[in-house]
Amino acid sequence: MDEINAFWFDCGPVNSIPPRGARTVRTPRREIAVFRTASDEFFALENKCPHKGGPLSEGIVHGRKVACPLHNWIIDLESGAATGADQGCARKFPVKIERGRIYLDMGVAAPA
Amino acid sequence: MGQIEKFPESSRLVVIGNGMAAGRALEELFAKARKPMKVTVFGAEPRVNYNRIMLSPVLAGEKTFDDIIIHDEDWYDRNGVALRRGESIVAIDRARKRVETAGGESLAYDKLVIATGSLPFVIPVPGANLEGVVTFRDLDDVEKMDAAARKGGHAVVIGGGLLGLEAAAGLALKGMKVSVVHLMPTLMERQLDASAGYLLEKAISARGIDVYTRADTAAILGADRVEGVKLKDGRVLPADLVVMAVGIRPNKALATSAGLECNRGIVVDDLMRTSDPDILAVGECVEHRGQCHGLVAPLYDMAKVLASGLAGENPQGFVPAATSTKLKVTGIDLFSVGDFSDDDENNEVVLRDPARGIYKRVILRDNRIVGAVLYGDTGDGAWYFDLLKKSEDVGAIRDTLIFGQAYQGGSPLDPMAAVAALPDDAEICGCNGICKGAIVSAITEHGLTTLDDVRGKTKASASCGQCAGKVELLLSSTLGDAYKKSDRRPMCKCTDLTHEDVRGYIRSQTLKSLPAVMQELGWKSSGGCPSCQPALNYYLVCAWPGEYVDDYQARFINERVHANIQKDGTFSVVPRMWGGVTTPDELRAVADIADRFKVPMVKVTGGQRIDLLGVRKQDLPAVWAQLNAAGLVSGFAYAKAVRTVKTCVGAQFCRFGTQDSTGLGIKLEKLLCGSWTPAKMKLAVSGCPRNCSEVTVKDIGVICVESGYDIHVAGAAGLHVRATDLLGHVDSEEEALQVCAAILQMYREEAAYLERLYKWVDKIGLERLRATIFEDRQAREALYERFLFSQRCARRDPWAERAAGKHLHEFTPLAVISPVARVAAE
Repeated sequence: MDEINAFWFDCGPVNSIPPRGARTVRTPRREIAVFRTASDEFFALENKCPHKGGPLSEGIVHGRKVACPLHNWIIDLESGAATGADQGCARKFPVKIERGRIYLDMGVAAPA
Repeated sequence: MGQIEKFPESSRLVVIGNGMAAGRALEELFAKARKPMKVTVFGAEPRVNYNRIMLSPVLAGEKTFDDIIIHDEDWYDRNGVALRRGESIVAIDRARKRVETAGGESLAYDKLVIATGSLPFVIPVPGANLEGVVTFRDLDDVEKMDAAARKGGHAVVIGGGLLGLEAAAGLALKGMKVSVVHLMPTLMERQLDASAGYLLEKAISARGIDVYTRADTAAILGADRVEGVKLKDGRVLPADLVVMAVGIRPNKALATSAGLECNRGIVVDDLMRTSDPDILAVGECVEHRGQCHGLVAPLYDMAKVLASGLAGENPQGFVPAATSTKLKVTGIDLFSVGDFSDDDENNEVVLRDPARGIYKRVILRDNRIVGAVLYGDTGDGAWYFDLLKKSEDVGAIRDTLIFGQAYQGGSPLDPMAAVAALPDDAEICGCNGICKGAIVSAITEHGLTTLDDVRGKTKASASCGQCAGKVELLLSSTLGDAYKKSDRRPMCKCTDLTHEDVRGYIRSQTLKSLPAVMQELGWKSSGGCPSCQPALNYYLVCAWPGEYVDDYQARFINERVHANIQKDGTFSVVPRMWGGVTTPDELRAVADIADRFKVPMVKVTGGQRIDLLGVRKQDLPAVWAQLNAAGLVSGFAYAKAVRTVKTCVGAQFCRFGTQDSTGLGIKLEKLLCGSWTPAKMKLAVSGCPRNCSEVTVKDIGVICVESGYDIHVAGAAGLHVRATDLLGHVDSEEEALQVCAAILQMYREEAAYLERLYKWVDKIGLERLRATIFEDRQAREALYERFLFSQRCARRDPWAERAAGKHLHEFTPLAVISPVARVAAE
């Protein structure tokens, strides 16, 4: 795992995601939603709501959460977990910001 | 000096830079039991080490230069430091371990410390080098500003951060007419959240300083010297002085040319060592683990590590600590520390006092404070900072945490008992100065039973509404069981106010932004929730047409991308077909597009439109561009807006038709299209009472009859089925159009967000609607005028804007990672 962690994908400048917005990163195995909060924190989750697979990247970002556009499940951006009474978890991926650019852990391309 | 021979290998220390970091490093070094050194300090400025942070009070005239000196001449003498002020180093010869001065002198070192600090960033716009353009970095800059201020006139400060605002306040105090130009939507966005930024902007404006946010500088104008600043939106601000305060960048030129490893700054390890073991660096010029620092606390920590290493100790490496921010403008109290990123009620505690302009927010993770933003009352800043640094578990005091240190130890009161215990002269309503006694006696003397009664009689809670909860508690404690809590439904969990309250206050207090609404109405969260954000955005769009900048991020995805999201994440696209009428050319275009983009389903809707279902998001701009090319525009089928006007064929073809219902439907749709509404709006026009276009289940409908037009309202045929009510009759088509628009505008102005028209009519009563629209000509015309005004800004095709490239980021992935090649989006 350490070896994998040493590699990061450069996904472009932070300004390419609007505050309180999200963009997607496509990989052969899955689509990743990269979120930017109002206070410029960045999170990456698999772009699939644990409920019915809705595209989380299209949801309203509020605080450190996003509301799924399909049925309004509220997903915690940090953990990927559904909040409130709902149960389920979207897979999360490490993301880091360096020198104004967004980096995704290479694990996003790994199988399973 | 006799001891030098004992430590010949590292006795000569040369320091390049005489700023605060260098000064502190030497101070730390001299305080240690150490091997003696011959220290030479080169300072580019012709003066001793002074407290640069205090330049703002010097500019403001509150302090003199002497007040802010850190090390006077005596200090340098006492410690045997040779201070070479006004002399710069131009080169480092690492092989021979010598530095060269601008005057050509060469000096040997054993250890070299680079503390060249930072340079103010000058934005590269035309005119940036004109006379009268200054930065705000050292005493020379302050003197230049001071000289300019003595002549008076206009000053423009570019940059609404800490330094820029301090410069602006200082110049305003000296009598200049000051404007601040800031690129971001809120001031000091790096240190404050939007709510505190809003209060700050209010306070800065109250000092007579004009604040321009979202303002990008295009050029600085002037022939020989500065005359004005031109913004990218075309506005020109007059200026006799321009202060650039847009940030700093590490001054690494010397280190770069000496071949030391540099990125943004001079790269150092945890012990402040550069890539050359005999050269260290400290202060704003360094980059440590990818980060550059500009606040004094981490710089002083670096100085400590550096001194310890120089003294031959084995120091702990530098770890950047959380830093707090204060603005040094007299009369403005703000404080921020740590991580004040957005969060919701589980992880933050918010206290707002709109009447006193106070905003306090403490951010928690796992019951530990990770950040705080305080505005207006910063007394507890140090306490929160301390709890943060100690990472103390505050779970036990969470309920009282936000009230500050003085309140700790007491237990949270039962709110009812607390209100009952208040003395009669305790102020309940701060806005109108109403005391408890006045409210209680009004309740008993006049037999008041509801909040609205109390508002009407005493004005209590009639302004900002903050104390509505307290007034209800007073009603309850005064009347006992006789008081039935009103069925007022708060808008969401962020507030106690109802939708109607909030709409009223937005107009009466002229609140024009989301942060303004949330602060002045005492929102309990820092940034709202998915329920109130779109509602407030709509209310602001409706209240301030043309003025309020629509916040797309507060909108639901469908309205953000002008298409309806489907269960698989694809979208449906519905072009407008005015009145349900189309042409062979339009149909051919739709067919071609469906082919080209392999649209899985083409369906006719109930509102007489064609729906292209299953369009992939990334194809949307191209689909729209091609629909536009065929003359088709957005049908708003995705929005809380006017969607369709359904028509029958009417007098043109139908043997029963009494009027041109198709023509009227088209005119109606052209008049109303583009208007945002509280909930979706469906209309219809029928050519006769047989009602083939189903007018009687529409929000607003027109049924044509021989004598004119019957106006129907408040139908529904969805979750609820409700036949329309006949509102009235008009004689002419023109009047029918005006009446429909006036009804729509009244609904837009009064209804709660997501409240369908029929629910709103049931709430206000059909009679009130009829009285306004049909019996009060002036009111109807005023509504119509306001609607037309609002339409001037609303009636544009969002598809055309998007196809032309607006917010293209919505439709392209950030990046595509594939096994062969990776394609970055930007």
